[in-house]
Amino acid sequence: MSARPRRPILPPLLMWLGFVFLYAPIVILIVYSFNESRLVTVWGGWSTKWYMELIQDQQMMDAAWRSLKIAFLTAWAAVVLGTMAGIVMVRCQRFRGRTLFSGMITAPLVMPDVIIGLSLLLLFVSMSKWIGWPEARGMVTIWIAHVTFCTAYVAVVVSSRLKDFDMSLEEAAMDLGADRLKTFLVITLPIISPALVAGWLLSFTLSLDDLVIASFVSGPSSTTLPMQVFSSVRLGVSPKINALATILVVLVSLAALLGWWLMRLEDKRMRRDMQLAARE
Amino acid sequence: MRTIAASIAARVPRFLREPRSLLIAVPYFWLFLFFAIPFLIVLKISFAEAQIAMPPFSSILEWTGEKLSINLNLGNFQFLFEDELYYTAYLNSIRIAFNATLLCLLIGYPMAYVIARMPPSRRNVFLMLVILPSWTSFLIRIYAWIGILKNEGLLNETLKTLGLIDAPLHILHTEAALYIGIVYAYLPFMVLPLYSNLVKLDPRLLEAATDLGARPWQAFLQVTLPLSRAGMLAGSMLVFIPAVGEFVIPELLGGAGTLMIGKVLWQEFFNNRDWPVASAVAIVMLLLLTIPIMLFHHYQARELEAR
Repeated sequence: MSARPRRPILPPLLMWLGFVFLYAPIVILIVYSFNESRLVTVWGGWSTKWYMELIQDQQMMDAAWRSLKIAFLTAWAAVVLGTMAGIVMVRCQRFRGRTLFSGMITAPLVMPDVIIGLSLLLLFVSMSKWIGWPEARGMVTIWIAHVTFCTAYVAVVVSSRLKDFDMSLEEAAMDLGADRLKTFLVITLPIISPALVAGWLLSFTLSLDDLVIASFVSGPSSTTLPMQVFSSVRLGVSPKINALATILVVLVSLAALLGWWLMRLEDKRMRRDMQLAARE
Repeated sequence: MRTIAASIAARVPRFLREPRSLLIAVPYFWLFLFFAIPFLIVLKISFAEAQIAMPPFSSILEWTGEKLSINLNLGNFQFLFEDELYYTAYLNSIRIAFNATLLCLLIGYPMAYVIARMPPSRRNVFLMLVILPSWTSFLIRIYAWIGILKNEGLLNETLKTLGLIDAPLHILHTEAALYIGIVYAYLPFMVLPLYSNLVKLDPRLLEAATDLGARPWQAFLQVTLPLSRAGMLAGSMLVFIPAVGEFVIPELLGGAGTLMIGKVLWQEFFNNRDWPVASAVAIVMLLLLTIPIMLFHHYQARELEAR
């Protein structure tokens, strides 16, 4: 029997097949967005005409702009609330109602969208009956709905980062005379900042992507991009949607690369600082 | 930067410097108002009667002069149990979500396993490749499969050109398309928890197994697999629970023959405008999902609190 077992071939092969499965449809979408022909099966030569049609589609552009605004505002609010919630999850082990609190953090991660959407709509309807607000549903109600489920995602990202970091750094800062708030701003916040960036980007994409919840809580003049895409997809395949998909894929890849690069930079800086501190 | 932060810190009033209660109260209030209370309202409205009004349901509490009457209408739930449509839709959803979860596990496990065994510098790149598709639009990724799977779609045309088939395979609007869609959309959610579990596995355990004469597959079956149970459970719940209530995939890829409960709820709400029945559908779905959600919560809470 050889001393070292043979390097297995099957698992890496399966992994690569998995990646082909994940990426093939996206590659096909991108390629066909440049197809002159309307038919998926006919290659009519390279063309950018579907991009032109997309840009001229005023409804689609309005919806895209509306979705971007909602996603941007959602991301900020979710990062603030989610960071608070994440810190509570890791640092406040005992307080009244903690079980409910942690339940409200984990349940939105798996709760089916149709249930969240329906329940929030019924809340908004009841609230407008009792207190007269919200008068109409629209961007504000979509924003509230998105902030609610994005908060849970940010809380998980932040608390898993917070859990890994050395509490003695905070204790050292406090020993040196910093109060809690100063310690938080100068020590804790920079350390969890990669998680904040990741949480922001995650919330932004989740909000930009949501069809079901927004459909429930939106009003008549607040069609978001996924709602617009959904109604045109129901009518059949259109290369215009492929063009839109390509733009989204490129944007998301750039954002992910940026986030990844920032995180690496921050990690490197932190490791260097730690080494310097250790040497002194 | 640090001096600015420090000077801001010095100007904040004293009661905010012990921010523990505020820290808890703000997210608590938000989540309680917008996540917990809505469920109670759904429960309440599931006992109401549909009306042609705005909002389209009767009120449960009625104050008539000196009498407070509570009208609980159990008819919606009775309706769910009597009409075969709902019963079939619930069973279908659970069966399809369960099978799709198994498929995700079979496809996702080797991916997570191989990535967890890579050198750390390469791990992050591959992990990112797993996550990246799920950051692009879910709807558009499902839409991509319509173009691939339909009768005159890419798959059928390719197979025809290769001479493998004469007549197109009917895949779109069948259960097979539903499985492809669910596995495709949820695969990353299976791989991530599996990876974070497998990467923590101590390689010395496998060395020990090998030293004791276990073949690689024996070591895998008797050491790796049992130790990754928590990851498999978390990944499975992350796939199974949302898949039960999935709407977009059955709507776009599934056929008329395979009803899933998320689609039924959507139709009750948007097409029939029967809010009370839609609420009852949601309540029964929640009851069915209680145990999976609690299992997931248990795992997640342990993950977050373990030090």
